[in-house]
Amino acid sequence: MLADKDRIFTNLYGQGDWGLEGARKRGGWNGTKEFLDQGRDWITNEVKASGLRGRGGAGFPTGLKWSFMPKVSDGRPHYLLVNADESEPGTCKDREILRHDPHHLIEGCLIACRAMDAHLAFIYVRGEFVRERERLERAVEEAYEAKLIGKDNIHGWDLDIIVHHGAGAYICGEETALMESLEGKKGQPRLKPPFPAGMGVYGNPTTVNNVESIAVVPEILRRSAGWFSSIGRPNNVGTKLFMVSGHVNKPATFEEALGESFKDIIEKHCGGIRGGWDNLLAVIPGGASCPVVRGEDMMDAIMDFDGLREKKSSFGTGGMIIMDKSTDIIKAIWRISAFFKHESCGQCTPCREGTGWMMRVMERMVEGRAQKREIDMLFEVTKQIEGHTICALGDAAAWPVQGLIRNFRPTIEARIEQYTYSSTSDGAVPSIAAE
Amino acid sequence: MANIKVDGQLVEVPDYYTLMQAAEAAGAEIPRFCYHERLSVAGNCRMCLVEVKGGPPKPTASCAMSVKDLRPGPNGEPPEMFTNTPMVKKAREGVMEFLLINHPLDCPICDQGGECDLQDQAMAYGVDKNRFAENKRAVEDKYIGPLVKTSMNRCIHCTRCVRFTTEVAGIAEMGLLGRGEDAEITTYLEKALTSELQGNVIDLCPVGALTSKPYAFNARPWELVKTESIDVMDAVGSNIRVDSRGREVMRILPRINEAINEEWISDKTRFIWDGLKSQRLDRPYVRKSGKLQAASWEEALSAVAARIKKAGNKVGAIAGDLAAVEEMYALKALLASVGSGMTDVRPAMSGIDTTMPRSAYIFNPTIAGIEEADAIVIIGANPRKEAALINARIRKTWRAKGLPIAVIGEQADLTYSYSYLGEGLETLADLVAGKGSFGEILSQAKRPLIIVGEGAVSHAKLGKQAGRDTIAMAAKLATGAGVAEGWNGFALLHNAASRVGGIDIGFTPHDGGVCSADQIVLAGKGELDVLFLLGADEYDTSAMGKAFVVYVGSHGDAGAHRADVILPAATYTEKSGTYVNTEGRVQVTNRAVFPPGDAKEDWAIIRALSGAIGKPLPFNSLTQLRAAIYAEFPHLARIDQIAAGSVADVAKLAKAAIKTKSAPYGSAVSEFYLTNPIARSSAVMGECAATAAGLQQAAE
Repeated sequence: MLADKDRIFTNLYGQGDWGLEGARKRGGWNGTKEFLDQGRDWITNEVKASGLRGRGGAGFPTGLKWSFMPKVSDGRPHYLLVNADESEPGTCKDREILRHDPHHLIEGCLIACRAMDAHLAFIYVRGEFVRERERLERAVEEAYEAKLIGKDNIHGWDLDIIVHHGAGAYICGEETALMESLEGKKGQPRLKPPFPAGMGVYGNPTTVNNVESIAVVPEILRRSAGWFSSIGRPNNVGTKLFMVSGHVNKPATFEEALGESFKDIIEKHCGGIRGGWDNLLAVIPGGASCPVVRGEDMMDAIMDFDGLREKKSSFGTGGMIIMDKSTDIIKAIWRISAFFKHESCGQCTPCREGTGWMMRVMERMVEGRAQKREIDMLFEVTKQIEGHTICALGDAAAWPVQGLIRNFRPTIEARIEQYTYSSTSDGAVPSIAAE
Repeated sequence: MANIKVDGQLVEVPDYYTLMQAAEAAGAEIPRFCYHERLSVAGNCRMCLVEVKGGPPKPTASCAMSVKDLRPGPNGEPPEMFTNTPMVKKAREGVMEFLLINHPLDCPICDQGGECDLQDQAMAYGVDKNRFAENKRAVEDKYIGPLVKTSMNRCIHCTRCVRFTTEVAGIAEMGLLGRGEDAEITTYLEKALTSELQGNVIDLCPVGALTSKPYAFNARPWELVKTESIDVMDAVGSNIRVDSRGREVMRILPRINEAINEEWISDKTRFIWDGLKSQRLDRPYVRKSGKLQAASWEEALSAVAARIKKAGNKVGAIAGDLAAVEEMYALKALLASVGSGMTDVRPAMSGIDTTMPRSAYIFNPTIAGIEEADAIVIIGANPRKEAALINARIRKTWRAKGLPIAVIGEQADLTYSYSYLGEGLETLADLVAGKGSFGEILSQAKRPLIIVGEGAVSHAKLGKQAGRDTIAMAAKLATGAGVAEGWNGFALLHNAASRVGGIDIGFTPHDGGVCSADQIVLAGKGELDVLFLLGADEYDTSAMGKAFVVYVGSHGDAGAHRADVILPAATYTEKSGTYVNTEGRVQVTNRAVFPPGDAKEDWAIIRALSGAIGKPLPFNSLTQLRAAIYAEFPHLARIDQIAAGSVADVAKLAKAAIKTKSAPYGSAVSEFYLTNPIARSSAVMGECAATAAGLQQAAE
């Protein structure tokens, strides 16, 4: 388990001062100039050596992503774009950073911008995060006032930070939709290629990173890449903010090392499952888009990228949704389907048409008003969406349903049977139209 | 160039090619809905998914991925793509199923039926059973103007219409509102589109969501006889296909001609066809005791012949905007046989010097050549109204290169930004003197394009001399010192299909003689006994005094009302006629239907009349007539080609001394939808004009 001295976010719960003063007391902005002075290659290599993987859900190595930026500018400016459009249900880590440790993020922006020769960083804040945005803006002002960033700052690397407030659309958390939205257009994902590192915001090379990925960088440099990579398992290193919601005794957001077991984490931070471990029905391990995993399979799960891949799910953002046996799992997944249907941008066919179809079939399955063969059909529909869309929202909408069918098929079948048995002459079961 | 294997077949294509283009080069067909060659890539229908090796391990949209995006194999093998694997088949079936689940099953009552991409591709790539047991989505139909009918249940959200209107037509009035399943294509608040190219969205729509309102429920595509022809609504000469059933023209569609209209046509071209059926002159009329009375051909012709015999050489002829070369040639020959040279095809008060060679009166750089220009000056023209497709070409060039454009004359929304210099000849004089920042730009330009409109050379407000001076100054701008060799940037933008052809065959006053305005003056003074109006309705018919007016034309418009004898003729869809467009390109229309009633082809009427006056013209068939024309004007025999003018002639124009100090330019087209007798007879065009006026009023 993570020792207190290894924590990066030491003001996660906001007991201390969130402002510059407090951040400095906690070690922030210490030695930043030295890191910058060692040049972009050193920073990128350090981040690569630390093994940091992106904290936004996909787990792409951050250092590698930075190295995709053009080494020599062709005259176009480079941009850093921080994705603070945290909208995934079950995920609430970035808001804590914005609220209580914004200077981690700002310092991280400066270092990251140095690493990719950028002088302008955008922070795109989710529309619903009003207070968080205000606090971040205040923190940015503080940094300007203290000449930590801005023109001719004390670090010798000019940096402007623009905090942009979104309008509250889940799809704008997708990196290319984020850029469209930032540019003032409708938030619809772009086609890739071209990738953002070649053509991003306003057609200029851009790197898009999650808030947490950027916010941990200063501490990694301060404490060395070796320190960070010594935590956790190979390929899954470092500390991570976890969020646990649902049927645990004490839902919480906390920082923990990667590679710990699910059971230990829940016991230590959340006081166990409501009603004991036998009462655990299912877990969505990394935010709403990750396939649901059965409770018994989670007992020996290791909470990191590879550990959950073994469970045919995904670590995602580390936002766990815990469901005990009082949960109607079909209805829970239907609710997620409804979310994705609501948030689909409508640009490409499979997602636009498929999410609504899935939701409606799920809606009937909640009641049991369906045919058993429709379970297979539903699974096929999810496969027709997955991988056929412009962005990953199609995949994200398909996975929860796939997870449900893979793990809880007997539950769905039982629900259908029950509906059939309990039908009466005035509540006749509608049969699916003859083929 | 890059190598790529398509279904195992190695092809070499330019590396900027998309996978779709590479597949086409290899002969593999890829279905698509949203992709269109002339619009930006949206990649949203997902119908064109293919499998690639050396790319992501999932199907890839072939319209958006280019060949150079694919990595070669480990030993440098060319990247591979497949269009016929199980993965591709499944992907297409999946997308097709999604497209159909919310698409209504109303093909039997859908106007797109029979020419519907969705129908065709569902047959080719879809599955035959339906697994969708929910209710289908219902979307309210939108009003987007009098031309385009919407049936939004059918929309598959390909956004071709949105991209066309914003990119090609240059109006930001259509968009995708809402998101997800609830996304809808709309003009927002049910506003009518203001583009004069809006009809093209009907062709672009791959389903029946946007269909032609006037054509609604009129015919099925397989019942129609298709005739390839040429449009005469303006001097662009757009290539069209006339679809007819029996004796009726049912609709008009564009044909692809990269050099002229690409694949668009203007709304006037497309929706004019109801005007072909109303207000038609279908029998001869003779004015008896002040009233036009129906007559037989014999009566009518002998009445005219009698007057001509009396008139001697005091006979004039004015050709209207829609006259073909054949009838103008015949009429000119008829007048010559009585010793008169009073012919004109130009509008009143034209400054165009018809004694000069061709480059003095054509659009020398050609329409496709607009894309090579590096600066444009538009003088006394509103190309959006006068030649919508030339305007679209200018906009295309402006979008691609952002070239500087200046306007002298009418200040209007041309769908691209320009610097407005002033409204008259004096501004042009300043520009010629190199004054102002645009003078600077022009002096740097290697390929300046100087467009001179009829508002600056043939406008009643101006007078002939001002028009002549405008041409001289424009020629000077076009032949500046820095201009690249071989570039002829002098471009006269005519408004009427008949104009260049008429000037080509000399349907103009001989030796600077009596022009169209003078003819009317002479008629008013009683010095002209017989005046032929060959479909000419744009002149002041009240000023023709006691002259005996013979109207040869198709519609009961201004000319017919003044006429003493009406000889009913054919419209452009009812005859084979030669037209020369503003570039000087020779094109020929084909007969799609026969003229109504007793109406006859124009040249035949004139030939018959020549017999009646006892001086028969030396041709008895269209072939013989054409042979005579081609012998005299060999360049007219080269169909679809341009006999280019020379730069030296433009330089000669530029040498003329400028006599006018100042003159304001007018606009040649005040009402886009009502420029000719056919359009004025069309109820659809009338509605368009009323809608446009209403919108303008609302805006003011």
